[in-house]
Amino acid sequence: MKFTLSWLKEHLETTATVDEIAETLTDLGLEVEGVEDPAARLAQFTLAKVRSAEQHPDADRLRVCVVETDEGDKQIVCGAPNARAGITVVLAKPGDYVPGIDVTLSVGNIRGVESHGMMASERELELSDEHDGIIELPSGEVGQRFIDWLAEHDPAKVDPVIEIAITPNRQDALGVHGIARDLAARGLGRLIEKPVEPVAGAFPCPVSVTIDDDTLDGCPHFTGRVIRCVKNGPSPQWLQQRLKAIGLRPISALVDITNFFTYDQNRPLHVFDADKVKGGLRVHRAQGGETLMALDDKEYSFQPGMMAISDDTGAESIAGIMGGAPSGASDETVNVFLESAWWDPVTIAHTGRALKINSDARYRFERGVDPAFTLPGLEAATRMVLDLCGGEASEVVVAGAAPDHARSYPLDTDRVQSLVGMEIAPEVQRASLTALGFVVEGDQVQVPSWRPDVRGSADLVEEVARIASLTRLKGQPMARANAGVPKPILTPMQKREQVVRRTIAALGYNECVTYSFVDGATAALFDGGGDAMRLENPISADLSHMRPALLPGLLQAARRNQARGIADMALFEVGPAFHGGEPGEQHLLATGLLIGRTGPKDVHGDARAVDIYDVKADAEAALSAMGAPAKVQILRGANDWWHPGRHGKICLGPKKVLGIFGEVHPRILNAVGVKGPAMAFTLWPAEIPMPRNTGAARAPLILSDLQPVDRDFAFVVDAEVEALTLTNAAAGADKALISDVRVFDQFVGGSLGEGRKSLAITVRLQPKDATLTDKEIEAVSAKIIEKVAKATGGTLRG
Amino acid sequence: MEELRQKYLTEVAGAADESALETVRLAAIGKKGEVSLKMRELGRMTPEERQVAGPALNALKDEITSAIAARKQALGDAALEERLRGEWLDVTLPGRSRGAAMGTIHPVSQVWEEVTAIFADMGFAVAEGPQIETDFYNFDALNIPSHHPARGEMDTFYMHRAEGDNRPPHVLRTHTSPVQIRTMQEQGAPIRIIAPGRVYRADYDQTHTPMFHQVEGLALDKSISMANLKWVLEEFFTAYFGTTVKTRFRASHFPFTEPSAEVDIQCSWEDGQVRVGEGDGWLEVLGSGMVHPSVLKAGGIDPDQWQGFAFGMGIDRIAMLKYGIPDLRAFFDSDLRWLRHYGFSPLAVPTLHGGV
Repeated sequence: MKFTLSWLKEHLETTATVDEIAETLTDLGLEVEGVEDPAARLAQFTLAKVRSAEQHPDADRLRVCVVETDEGDKQIVCGAPNARAGITVVLAKPGDYVPGIDVTLSVGNIRGVESHGMMASERELELSDEHDGIIELPSGEVGQRFIDWLAEHDPAKVDPVIEIAITPNRQDALGVHGIARDLAARGLGRLIEKPVEPVAGAFPCPVSVTIDDDTLDGCPHFTGRVIRCVKNGPSPQWLQQRLKAIGLRPISALVDITNFFTYDQNRPLHVFDADKVKGGLRVHRAQGGETLMALDDKEYSFQPGMMAISDDTGAESIAGIMGGAPSGASDETVNVFLESAWWDPVTIAHTGRALKINSDARYRFERGVDPAFTLPGLEAATRMVLDLCGGEASEVVVAGAAPDHARSYPLDTDRVQSLVGMEIAPEVQRASLTALGFVVEGDQVQVPSWRPDVRGSADLVEEVARIASLTRLKGQPMARANAGVPKPILTPMQKREQVVRRTIAALGYNECVTYSFVDGATAALFDGGGDAMRLENPISADLSHMRPALLPGLLQAARRNQARGIADMALFEVGPAFHGGEPGEQHLLATGLLIGRTGPKDVHGDARAVDIYDVKADAEAALSAMGAPAKVQILRGANDWWHPGRHGKICLGPKKVLGIFGEVHPRILNAVGVKGPAMAFTLWPAEIPMPRNTGAARAPLILSDLQPVDRDFAFVVDAEVEALTLTNAAAGADKALISDVRVFDQFVGGSLGEGRKSLAITVRLQPKDATLTDKEIEAVSAKIIEKVAKATGGTLRG
Repeated sequence: MEELRQKYLTEVAGAADESALETVRLAAIGKKGEVSLKMRELGRMTPEERQVAGPALNALKDEITSAIAARKQALGDAALEERLRGEWLDVTLPGRSRGAAMGTIHPVSQVWEEVTAIFADMGFAVAEGPQIETDFYNFDALNIPSHHPARGEMDTFYMHRAEGDNRPPHVLRTHTSPVQIRTMQEQGAPIRIIAPGRVYRADYDQTHTPMFHQVEGLALDKSISMANLKWVLEEFFTAYFGTTVKTRFRASHFPFTEPSAEVDIQCSWEDGQVRVGEGDGWLEVLGSGMVHPSVLKAGGIDPDQWQGFAFGMGIDRIAMLKYGIPDLRAFFDSDLRWLRHYGFSPLAVPTLHGGV
């Protein structure tokens, strides 16, 4: 909502400065978004008089002028064709900033002649686009400030424009009068009330108006009248300037008058060319399919239930939103039908949204226009039409009646203290409400017609506190819910999320936060991309579907980093993925991605390409940090975005998957545009069983004083035999004695032949009662060899 | 005797290495060494002679033995020094970069934990809720009926609705406020929670991204007032920024609170950089107010019994303010250079006793 200071002063008698007004508006909840004060950038310029203008010795188009200024006569070189002796001009001195050319002046030398300033054109001062010559003023004294001259002779040029943001509850501030009322209630001036004098009708209204019975809920009140023999055309300068200042284009007197009342009183109006209305006007619900060329020159099709104003030939107006072009007022209009009606906000909001029309009328009606001002608005506008366009007004035609807005709520003057925490004397509270137009009778407060948002006692408290100013609010300590040291507040899952995040970062990964949506094609690669997870109105096709996993976003992040020349990376994210379109169909994932080498090429030769054993180790470390059991199964057969031979599912049983690690399928990398190979892991933190024992005490530590014995074995097995099978078999040879089995070497093919490999393990024997004898060690060794042979078909390597 | 002494001490001093030294030792005090042989002759001497020669020979043996030991030590030291001279390394070469150099924590996660730590001290628990929400929880329950202008202003993302499913389309939550309603319904009053999380609005420009993070606060009890809200927020900002921060409340409007206030924090601007907690400027950082009676009712709580405040602020935004991060869009771009520069050590867990 924009308005000018002079417009405000039509409604508010005040001596407050623009700054004071702006600060107060913001504090009242009418947040100022900007103040444009033309005077501020013109303050330095003064008036001067040209004494003489001689031809420049060295340039045909330049004149050397002697100019009388408040600092004596100055020599100024000027190129304007109208620079001549005797004229009063606007002077910019060396040191002045000239906004239109974005230059701070200094003493110049133009073709060998010194110049002490410049005489400005309107464009150079950003007053207009006029640049055919310098400004010539019809009056003014040398040394007078230009803005003072403007304030006296052309005030619109130095009228500050204030723009405020309107919250949805403050429809009354969509009119300058409502804004003035708020400022007056705060004490920043006196509200100027202008009673509306009805205009007597000279003849019966020739246009009849009816509202269909089923439309009375959407349009309870419609008033109008014909004004005949008007002369339409450009509106007077003051009105044009007012509209231009707030960014509206003057069209014609009749249209400008409706726009004026829209902004002055928050009272949208519409003017029909009465000669183009065939028969009477009927307010009704559309059947659907009716079309109308609206004033924005676009054709709209009504949907069933939308409200229309029609004459005998069809729809003439999208009720309360935008009029039709064929029956609109034009410069040729002689007889005009002026409409002032009240429309139901909900219906207007739905229609406006469905037709995607953002008009000033819709904006106001859907927020709620004063229902008691329908008829006064018509009368005030009639008066202005008669004043500006002449003519003769008919009697008023009325259909329906103003909806009943009367309601009152009890005022509990202690409530401000208990709810807000501010002490405000009861009489001050009543005075604030009265100033805002509320009627206080005892402890009951009647709500004014222009405040549809006030719906209860809490709203009265809000008004009182707002007028008193929340800046007066002082903080008051809030007691702890429980005395003493605060209790822990995180749930076990919340703690687990923090632990896994910090563990993965500690393992060398950089945490990313990627969007929760990806493009449909990428989502489809990860079993997502269906309609259930599709956004109806994505911001772009790249962000159209809720992500089914975190890997797509991380791969896209990797692609962007590769494009920046970064080859080695370790990225991870902990966050939600979505498995459906219903609330709650989301689950927490932790995903890591390794690409490139473990580090940059270095002098020690440590860096190497990442492989799946890196992500396996990281996945295991992260799971362990979250409290996952150490004993897990590693199974194959995960989703097809993993390399079929190079991935493992970390499971507690075939259905309980805690995590997956592996190489990302090259087909996926190709589709996303990532240079591979890429290693990744994904963990499901919620799948890890919660520990049964929640106490802090550990299990007792049992240590043996006896030396453990390490024995190494190398087995030759088929290449597809998995190490875990072999180590499990070895460990099973004597569960009491064997404390650890570890693979320490693998050798594939070579002298062993195609499809064969050797796995070397070290077995640690931890005696409990007595040092092992050679014989006992031999016995265990034999058992290990036997068990391994049975489980894997492996033989001891010769 | 003196001749012997001179001879062997000279040979010991002249021995060039350990084996030469051993040869000298054998020749002098070995089993068949010259000194040893002389000592054997003592038996044949008269007691008088023995009394003179015995101690002299023993002294000679001791002297040679210690001379050999000293020489041996000197030879060892020289050999070690010689070896170390060859073991020079260029200590300016880079250290070994193991693959497991630490990674980083994203500023959003760090600030999330900072905020949690501070509010936990004031007794606020952390509540969470779904990001795909129903129309009811995101709007209606928060006093935003379908025709309310606020709906249009929120740039809501709608989920696709299958043909024949006539429910209103689900939305991506536009704020964390639905968690208020869910928490009220699940646990009733009194309540003290914060609800951090992802929120979504269909907007993308210099200062907006379609996804960002909010933290909601909700405190309900018998007599909580807006003055308590001001105190809680000032305590929070002061702890969060590590310097005393004043707030300014301005009247505003949100459908779900009444009265409502926009909250500004004290700041100054220097060279385009914001400094919180100093100067006389004000920066709008959050929206807040006293929970609207209709919202309490929607959450199943009796507004005649309970009252309290709610607020919501941007996590990304306060992260930018505290850590001087200029561009919101970069938060979600995963540029490694940015992650490393603005990220946090995984060991830097925010604590109140250490300062967040």
